[in-house]
Amino acid sequence: MTPPRWNRLAMPNPTTTQLSLGPLLFNWPPERRVDFYRRIADEAPVDTVYVGEVVCAKRLPLAESTLAEVIDRLQRGGKTVVLSTLSLIMDERELNHLKALIDSSDLMIEANDVSAMHLLDGRPHIAGPFINIYNEGTLAFAGRQGAVRAVLTSEVNGHAIAAMARSNTGVTLEVQAFGRLPLALSSRCYHARHHGLHRDGCQFVCGNDPDGLTIETLDGQPFLALNGTQTLSHTVCSLLEQAGALQNMGVSHLRLWPHDVDMPAVATLFRTVLDGRTEPADAAEQLSSFVGFAAFANGFFFAREGHRFVHGPWAE
Amino acid sequence: MAITTPLELVCPAGTPAALRAAVEAGADVVYVGFRDETNARNFPGLNFSPTELAEGVAFAHRHGARIYVAINTYPTAGRPEAWHTAVARAEDAGADAVILADLGLLAHTAHRHPALRRHLSVQASASNPLSIRFYAEQFDVRRIVLPRVLTLEEIGRLTRQIPVETEVFAFGGLCVMAEGRCALSSYVTGQSPNLNGACSPAEFVRYDQEDGGTQVTRLAGFTLDRVPDGLPAGYPTLCKGRFQIAGRAAHVFEDPVSLDVTGMIPDLVAAGVKALKIEGRQRSRAYVTSVVAAFRAAVDAVARNQIVPPGTLATFTEGGRTTAGALSRRWK
Repeated sequence: MTPPRWNRLAMPNPTTTQLSLGPLLFNWPPERRVDFYRRIADEAPVDTVYVGEVVCAKRLPLAESTLAEVIDRLQRGGKTVVLSTLSLIMDERELNHLKALIDSSDLMIEANDVSAMHLLDGRPHIAGPFINIYNEGTLAFAGRQGAVRAVLTSEVNGHAIAAMARSNTGVTLEVQAFGRLPLALSSRCYHARHHGLHRDGCQFVCGNDPDGLTIETLDGQPFLALNGTQTLSHTVCSLLEQAGALQNMGVSHLRLWPHDVDMPAVATLFRTVLDGRTEPADAAEQLSSFVGFAAFANGFFFAREGHRFVHGPWAE
Repeated sequence: MAITTPLELVCPAGTPAALRAAVEAGADVVYVGFRDETNARNFPGLNFSPTELAEGVAFAHRHGARIYVAINTYPTAGRPEAWHTAVARAEDAGADAVILADLGLLAHTAHRHPALRRHLSVQASASNPLSIRFYAEQFDVRRIVLPRVLTLEEIGRLTRQIPVETEVFAFGGLCVMAEGRCALSSYVTGQSPNLNGACSPAEFVRYDQEDGGTQVTRLAGFTLDRVPDGLPAGYPTLCKGRFQIAGRAAHVFEDPVSLDVTGMIPDLVAAGVKALKIEGRQRSRAYVTSVVAAFRAAVDAVARNQIVPPGTLATFTEGGRTTAGALSRRWK
C-alpha cells in the first residue's frame, strides 16, 4: 500500500544525525571538569553539549563553581550548550534552585523532572532522559508543552524508537548511544551507605569513583555501578553498530555520556560511522581499546536484557 | 480531642475473592488491575477481566466501598490501544477512579473520559509541589499517590502546598528507588516493570542448593543471595539482594524489610494525608484479610484519639522485619 502523500512528505528527514555529549553524571573535581570540557570544545566532533548537575543536589555548589567557565569555553569552540536540571527534586531548596536556574538562563534547558517541564511550559526546551517518554502519546504531549526534542529513557528499544520517529509529533529524538546507562534514582545515597555514612554527612565519597563504583554479585560477577543516589549499569552501552539504523529511523541526536576515557576519540568513531567513513565492526573494535573498565552492551535496543551484547544487524 | 474522620484505607486485591475479603475486612477502597500489561502487578493468574471488574464494583458499592483501577504502566509505543481500552472499560464497569502514570495516557483520559476521576500513580514519581500542580492543572488529577522516597516532614509540607489529596503507602513492599524511574529489573531480566508491569518476575527466579547445603537465589542468572542451610531464603527482589563492593558483602541498597507505618498514623493524619495504601495485589487472600483488618482497627483507633493497637502483622513482612522507610530521615 502506498502511504498517503502527506505521510511520505513527513517521512524522517534523511539529514545527518548529530552527536551530543550528555551531562557529566559523576562527581569530578573542578580542575578535571575544566580540562575535560576544554578538550571537548577543541577536539570532539559533537554538536551539542549538555552541562549541569543532574544527580545530586548536594553536588550543586561544586559542579556550578566551574559552570560559567565551561559554558564559555564550549561556546567559543562552536558547541551548542544545553543546561540540564536535577533528575529528582524533593525539597524547597532544590525547587528554588531549579526556578532560579530556569529564570536566569537564556540557554536551552533540558528538563529532567516534570516540575521543570511545568516551569518551561510554552518555552522551547528539551525533555530529558529522566522524564518518562515511552510512546507517541507522551511525545505529542511534550511537544504541546514546548519540547523540541526528547531524550529517550535508557530502556527504550528499537521498535519503540522507530514508532516514535514515525509519529509526526514534530519533536525530534535523542537516543543514549554510549556510556553506562542510568538505571535508577533514589533519595538514599548508596555510595554513602557503602562507606557507613548518612547522605547528610556523605563527605562526597562519590568523588572517589570517576566512572562509578562497581557492584558485583556474591559470585564476583560484575553487576551494577553506584554513583551516589544514582544506580548505573555496569556495562557500557554502545550503539555504534546500530548508529546507521538510528540515523535511518530519523533520530536527530545520539547521546554519548561523559566517562573518564578519551571522549574526543569516542565521538570521532561515532562520527565516522555515521558519515559512512568507517565500517561499524571496525569502529567497534577500536572503541573497545578506549574503554577498559567494563564490557559493552546494547540489549535494551534489541528489546533484550540491558546487560546483553547482541551481535548482528537491526531489523524491525 | 474531637473525633476525626479516619484515613481512607485503600487495599489491594488480585482476585475477586481477595476483593470481597478486603471489603469484608473493612476496606474503604479496593484497588485492582486488568489481567494484562496495563497494570504494574501483571503476574500470572492475577487480576480482573472486565466482567469480574463490573461484578467487583457492584459488590463493593453494595457494601459502601469503592473501586479504583490501576492502569499504571507506560503504553508501548506503536500500540497504545490496550491502555485506551482499559480506561474505557474501567469507566464502563463503574470504577470510582483510575490510577494513571503516563503523561500521554493522562492527556487521553482527561480528553476522552472527563467524568472519570483520575489519580496519579506512585509510578509517576511526583515528589514536589510543582510537579503535582502540573498534573492537577493539566489533567485535573484529584489525588496523588506519593513516592516512598519522602520523609514525614516533606509529606506534611507537600500536602499543605498542593490542591489535591495525598495517599501514602502504609504497608508492604518497599521500593527504595524513585518509582517508575527504575530499570534495574529490566536490565537484568529484559522485562520492564514500567512497560510489562512486573518487577523481579517469578519466571526468572531460581533457588539452587549447593554442596554443603548453601541455598542460592538467582534472578535471570545473577546471584542475589546465598544463605546457609536451614535459614529461609527470601524472594529475590533485585534491590533487596546481597552483593559485594570491593570484596565486602552487604545489602547494598536495602535489607529485606517491609514497610510498616502503623506507628506513624497519627503523624500522617496531622500531616493532612487523606488515604493510606496497602501494597500487595499479588498477595494471598489471608494477607489481605489480616492486614486490612489490622489497619482498619488502627486508623479507627487514631480517629477516636485512642492508642494504636500493637502490631500483629509481623508474619506478613519480609523476614519479619519492618521499616518506616524514607518517612524517617535517618533512612537516607
